[in-house]
Amino acid sequence: MRKLWLALALLPALALAQDMVTRDGVTLTQAQETRAEAIGDQLRCLVCQNESIEESNAKLAGQLRGIIRQQVVQGVPDQSIMNYMVQRYGIFVLLKPPVSPLTWLLYAMPVLALLLGAVAFFAARRGTAPPAPLTDAERARLDELL
Amino acid sequence: MSPLRRRLLFGIPLALAVAGGGSFYTILRRMQEQKYDPHALPSPLIGKRPPTFSLPGAGGMQGFANTDIAAPSKPMLVNWFASWCVPCLQEAPMLAKLAASGLAIWGIAYEDDPQALAQFLAQNGNPYQRLAADADGTTAINWGVYGVPETYFIDKTGIVRWRYAGALTDDVVASALNPLLARYS
Repeated sequence: MRKLWLALALLPALALAQDMVTRDGVTLTQAQETRAEAIGDQLRCLVCQNESIEESNAKLAGQLRGIIRQQVVQGVPDQSIMNYMVQRYGIFVLLKPPVSPLTWLLYAMPVLALLLGAVAFFAARRGTAPPAPLTDAERARLDELL
Repeated sequence: MSPLRRRLLFGIPLALAVAGGGSFYTILRRMQEQKYDPHALPSPLIGKRPPTFSLPGAGGMQGFANTDIAAPSKPMLVNWFASWCVPCLQEAPMLAKLAASGLAIWGIAYEDDPQALAQFLAQNGNPYQRLAADADGTTAINWGVYGVPETYFIDKTGIVRWRYAGALTDDVVASALNPLLARYS
């Protein structure tokens, strides 16, 4: 009976131990790892600039993955981890650039293009005069064809 | 629609295509002339002081901390390099030339092996007044270093004014470094 209680008492610890993973030198729970991956997916690898640091094989990307995981284990909020990276590498490290004076043209471009197209379209239409009425000869020819 | 209006309207896509083509041509030409690098990143350290650090010496030289470069008597360079880095090898003669001209260059060896570093310095000369080792690359991450070589220009008041990622060439020195030296000396 005592053995059973002991086993039951150890069960959560055992489950927890099975749930642990080690990535880039940091041991963390599967939930923490998922959180870390979600953060890393949003960060650009500075070495191979079209990959996220989760995808990259570069050594620096591995070090940054380790830093993210350490901070996740310490309970640092996502936004603070992102700020940590932006502070060091600039907004270029973010795969999705924030709306700022530097990027507003980028985000405004679809709307601007639509407006420009609309202006061109209506300008072209306004200039179109209604076609002149048919002359008697043309009407006669039309009747003949129909 | 009048023929003139029609012609103008048809001219818009053509003008856009010509402008786009011209822009691409300029970008490609400047890339070829190595005046524009689309991979170059602006450093967030520009206009700020380097982050807090204290690194041990390397290659038998004295290391340094951020406090040692907080107020240099004249502008200086901090050069990140490694013995395993090929562009660092290419940039060595330029660093030697700059050091000979009286510019203070302090080095940080990035994730380097002491023996390989000693050999690199013996073969390529040592342009550094001080040389520190960032063995695990932690300080590099705090500086925002993303490869070697990287060179930082620090003015008399200890503020970072310029960062160049890549080997320093005659072109870079003439177009970027010399104007900085003229401005901040």
